[in-house]
Amino acid sequence: MTMSALDQYLNLYRDHKGVIDAHSAPALNAMRPEAAAVLDTATLPACDTDNYENCDLEGMLAPDYGLNIANVNMGVDPKVTFRCDVPMLSTALFMLVNDRFAETSRSRLNLPEGVEIGSLKAFAEKEPELVARYYGAAANIANPVVALDTLLAQDGLYLRVRKGVKVEKPIQLINILDSAAPLMAVRRVLVIIEEEASAKLLVCDHTQNQNVDFMALETVEIFVERNAEFDYYSLEESSEKTNRISALYLQQGACSKVGIDGITLFNGTTRNEYYCSFTGEDADLHLYGMGIEDRSRKVSTFTRIEHNAPRCRSNELFKYTIDDTAQGAFTGRIYVAPGAVKTEAYQSNRNLLGSDEAKMHTRPELEIYNDDVKCSHGSAIGQLDASQMFYMRTRGLDEATARLLLKQAFMADVIDGIRVETLRERLHIMTERRFAGEASACAGCSACGSNKE
Amino acid sequence: MLKVKDLHARINGKEILKGLNLEIKPGEVHAIMGPNGAGKSTLSMVLAGNPAYEVTEGTAEFNGKDLLAMAPEIRSHEGLFYGFQYPVEIPGVSMVNFMRAAVNAKREYFNQPPMSASEFLKMMREKRAVVELDNKLASRSVNEGFSGGEKKRNEIFQMAVLEPKLSILDETDSGLDVDALRIVAEGVNKLKSENNATIVITHYQRLLDYIKPEFIHVLYKGRIVKSGGPELALEIEERGYDWIKEEVDNQ
Repeated sequence: MTMSALDQYLNLYRDHKGVIDAHSAPALNAMRPEAAAVLDTATLPACDTDNYENCDLEGMLAPDYGLNIANVNMGVDPKVTFRCDVPMLSTALFMLVNDRFAETSRSRLNLPEGVEIGSLKAFAEKEPELVARYYGAAANIANPVVALDTLLAQDGLYLRVRKGVKVEKPIQLINILDSAAPLMAVRRVLVIIEEEASAKLLVCDHTQNQNVDFMALETVEIFVERNAEFDYYSLEESSEKTNRISALYLQQGACSKVGIDGITLFNGTTRNEYYCSFTGEDADLHLYGMGIEDRSRKVSTFTRIEHNAPRCRSNELFKYTIDDTAQGAFTGRIYVAPGAVKTEAYQSNRNLLGSDEAKMHTRPELEIYNDDVKCSHGSAIGQLDASQMFYMRTRGLDEATARLLLKQAFMADVIDGIRVETLRERLHIMTERRFAGEASACAGCSACGSNKE
Repeated sequence: MLKVKDLHARINGKEILKGLNLEIKPGEVHAIMGPNGAGKSTLSMVLAGNPAYEVTEGTAEFNGKDLLAMAPEIRSHEGLFYGFQYPVEIPGVSMVNFMRAAVNAKREYFNQPPMSASEFLKMMREKRAVVELDNKLASRSVNEGFSGGEKKRNEIFQMAVLEPKLSILDETDSGLDVDALRIVAEGVNKLKSENNATIVITHYQRLLDYIKPEFIHVLYKGRIVKSGGPELALEIEERGYDWIKEEVDNQ
């Protein structure tokens, strides 16, 4: 029998446990044995089983990627070669190069007192008890994606905004994949927004080498405490040869307000999981996402929103365009606990198919255990409207232009839900360029060094 | 300008136009009238190039070129405008972006550079005035949430922007109150010149009090069965279509 994808990572861990631990911090290392125990008995869910439609985790993790567990200097200096597509110059900017934290010259600009941000490894060494309290507290280790990340993650981003501190401008994290040989990057993000605090984090995923196979594995844990506000924007602009598996876990305290936006502009094969949970009353969640899939790209999204506390509101909207032989899947589940009265939960998934071979699988689900709620869900898979196309053509727009405008219009409400104006405007332009078929969404932006064919 | 000969067309396998002939010269205004189901909308859809309709026989020449061989957008560039009976709502596409794309597509077709932003905005302002279209409507999504009258005014606004040689206005009067009808008709009249022509498709005579055509054609069972001057419209208003149907059916 051939070795399963998980076995190769378990073997790597067992053979090199000392090296892995030596290049990380005790709070992270402490979780590895439990993760290994979970993976010993786990099997990866097979493609097309429940919640894993059009998603082949085994296939994504099977290639023999290298992992830089000894933190060898790979001679990469993306600060020289890379500038971002979303230039918001007043933003504090950090990078994870493959899976290692890197400061930039713009890291500490404009950050007020009470914002602790930097390498997760460094903070785990500096404040071991605090990190240990949160690390793994939201993410479910029984999820093999989380277990694998916990087994191998050595660094990542740590962000803590202290009580009452408000950060107006978004903080930006750029995840860069840069390697001459196939590489797997395993990262971890830990965000703690304390009571009455507020912040926004924009995370951009980039792949520098378009012809190299990459695997990006991440687990993101976000704790937003009472009365706090947090926006999290994840923007993937990787490559056709990049696989991404992301599991995000959010815990929201009473009266908190959170926005999560997952945007896939360019990718290879992407699996995004969102687990959101209300732990206190009267909180708000806005969970939005979109994906533009063409050629043979794949995207699979799983969301679970748990209304465990009364009087919380969640609004969920995911939209995908699927062209050529691309595939997509959306599974959205809203769970309302028996005591979670006055819950308002809305979920919508809309998809446009642009070819006979394109595939989309959608599955909206509500699970409600009390009567005093307002909930709705809906999903649709369709094509561009022929009457709209004809109307536009009678005004002189050719088919390609009409299609472009209609697709942009289709995505408009997802983008308009973004609360940072500069990012919203930028994304409208990037989406337009993406639909126009430009090789990189950043083409034409003179600030951008990653504009490669 | 337009020469239609022996035009046959069908939709979903059903033949609607059965040998239609029509000739229009610059400066002329024609009205095509007829009972429900006569083929009025099919004729306009076929001339505008709706891919759902199939032409099985006949020809249509537009300024010496084969109209039926052209894609809808080429017909537009060549100077054909089709004003919809039911203008389509396009949420998420702003009128301004839509018109800019339309204007620049036409300029590109004629190897002209795109219009500058200031030039474009100035033109939009001028053309809005033709049909008293509110600036707010121009900045909204195409036809989205527009009232019936606003949608029809928006059609004439687009006609003004595109400066067509031949306009086909399909049931432009339907769903309009008297004031909206007057504004739309005045807009059409302002745009009239000796170089362009208009086809007004209408069920009732009412619109023809405002837009005065020189030629009236009656369409019945997929053909033009009667043509005449303005007096024909008045006669139809008084007597209905039954006498014409009888004439045709008894032949």
